[in-house]
Amino acid sequence: MTKPGTAAPAASPAQGTNAPGTGASDRPVFELLDVEKRFTVSRPAGFLKREKRSLAALDGVRLTVRRGASIALVGESGSGKSTLLRVLLGLAEPSDGKALYLGQPVKEVRAKSRDFARSVAMIYQDARASLDPRMTVSALIAEPLLHFGLCGREAVGERVAALLTRVGLPAEIAGRYPAALSGGQVRRVAIARALAAEPTVLIADEAVSGLDVSTQAQLLNLLRGLKREMGLTLLFITHDLGVASYLCEEIAIMYLGRIVETGPTDAVLSAPAHPYSLALRRAAPEFFAPITDPLEGEIPSPLDLPPGCRFATRCPFVEDDCRSAEPILAPVARGRTVACRHPLNAEDSPVSPQMPAPAVTHAVGSRPGEGAEVSA
Amino acid sequence: MAVSEASLDPSVVPAEKAAGTTKKPRRRSVFLRRPFFSLALLVALGFVVCAVFAPYIAPYDPTVQSIEAMMQPPGGAHLLGTDSFGKDILSRIIFGARYALTIGVFAVLIGACGGLVLGVAAGLSTGWLEWALMRLIDSILALPSLILAIAVIAILGQGVDKVILAVGISLVGPFSRTVRSDVLQVKAQLFIEAAHLMSIPRLTVIRRHILPNVFFPLLVQITVRISEAILVSSSLSFLGIGVSPPTPDWGLMIAEGRGFVSFAPWMSGMPGMALAILLVALAIVGDAVREEFDPKMKRAQ
Repeated sequence: MTKPGTAAPAASPAQGTNAPGTGASDRPVFELLDVEKRFTVSRPAGFLKREKRSLAALDGVRLTVRRGASIALVGESGSGKSTLLRVLLGLAEPSDGKALYLGQPVKEVRAKSRDFARSVAMIYQDARASLDPRMTVSALIAEPLLHFGLCGREAVGERVAALLTRVGLPAEIAGRYPAALSGGQVRRVAIARALAAEPTVLIADEAVSGLDVSTQAQLLNLLRGLKREMGLTLLFITHDLGVASYLCEEIAIMYLGRIVETGPTDAVLSAPAHPYSLALRRAAPEFFAPITDPLEGEIPSPLDLPPGCRFATRCPFVEDDCRSAEPILAPVARGRTVACRHPLNAEDSPVSPQMPAPAVTHAVGSRPGEGAEVSA
Repeated sequence: MAVSEASLDPSVVPAEKAAGTTKKPRRRSVFLRRPFFSLALLVALGFVVCAVFAPYIAPYDPTVQSIEAMMQPPGGAHLLGTDSFGKDILSRIIFGARYALTIGVFAVLIGACGGLVLGVAAGLSTGWLEWALMRLIDSILALPSLILAIAVIAILGQGVDKVILAVGISLVGPFSRTVRSDVLQVKAQLFIEAAHLMSIPRLTVIRRHILPNVFFPLLVQITVRISEAILVSSSLSFLGIGVSPPTPDWGLMIAEGRGFVSFAPWMSGMPGMALAILLVALAIVGDAVREEFDPKMKRAQ
């Protein structure tokens, strides 16, 4: 626990990576190298006996987040998305493997200085709970400004007003408490607070879920605009494929603590290579069409993993060798990786017959409704 | 809920109006909405006024004895009668309010300060320190507050200041238990994790985020517990181990009148009534304050 002021000048040459400029720009912002996170759970095993078992919430996750990238992390509940996020933020220590921020372990970077805390901002799923109920909106937004010394006390009011305008909130909201705001307004305040620190990386956990469609659309447009203007690196956890395709250029699909497919969002969603991605894609409701092929069954318990491929129990294309050995994440096409022994061919698996393949591009209009319609 | 909340949002202007209209009447009509609260508050304030201006309000000196005016029933020159020494009961009740309120308020403040320190420490510490603090709180809680106060009086001796200290110490246990549970509840909240994520130093998080969220529930506890403190102090006086006899204390007056209760019931009845009215008034005020301050109860309305 060294003080940031004393640590910075004493930095060794290796720490030059922290400085903006030469080598830093091509170095990935975040790197997860075979990250494993195990929790020990105890459960009753007969009378007055408990057995301890370890549960792998994350199992050999590799993920690289380059500067300026926008990645959507998609998966069912219980697939380890939130644990992955906690590891990235340094709130949880990986049991095995490494979580690196600009080439250094996240935990060390966090302990060393406030830079990490300032550069990486988080928007919580439960925005209301992430705001102190006894503080006014202006105090909440001013907190990171003052904490990171971004402006003097006399300029705070101005900055707060500018941030509120930026997220589309009226200035008079500054004197209110979060309890007096609506759900959409609270999310905006949380976003304004995250932006106050002038971060380079924005991590959002289901930042728009559970809101009504028009509010969701406004927030998505806001985030997309911010990403473009400020050059933010964006990591977006969601289970809405429409949101993922609208906001993110890359997608990583998780299943039971593993990443099963990664690649450009358009390519992955229009022609999934992993059966699970296809199932997710097909389970998404579409306009004027019944849900064709809902994924059967529940996600298995991570305590009793099926042998071989974890998806074998629910996979419609399962073959005998799937149950014997676990597939590893391997490249299938340009920029795409998949963890499957029998990856689906893009031509073999049309997602929906009526969908024109080239329509899924990021040039699709600025209205998110349109983006969602095309892709979901 | 999400739908109703979000439906306010898309156009911000109507949301403004809605929030404005729901907020105004709440601020204006606390007294109109809660008539019992207003009445109880007036009664409690009446006692406070009596306590503050006792020498100007009381018709007689509360300690002057008079053989001619012994044990007179209520009415006439002595509105609430006189006791066995001819002392005016109304004057003694008015002066007694001083002792009751002073002891109540200061004892609760001592209890709240001790409880805040102990409770916050127990809530934030971990490991053996938490264990030790919890056992300390448990041991204070194991004794009923009256018994604990008696024990402290036995050590310190009699007198108003000792009674305040004794009652205050006996309240530390309940206060620290509620403070600790509040701290544990706040500590687990997401905004504390968010502050941690911002690398805000631990002490600043405690001062800026934990303490304010613990302090408001504590204020409510204070208003509720004043009546308990008054009751315990009166019980001490009634048992003859609180304040010493010439002092116009309600508990003492009830005890003095006990022997004459069959033919001069006003001697015990009048101070008993004063005590009961004050306690009921304080309880109603405390309840109303709690309901107004508790955001969960507010939302339910």
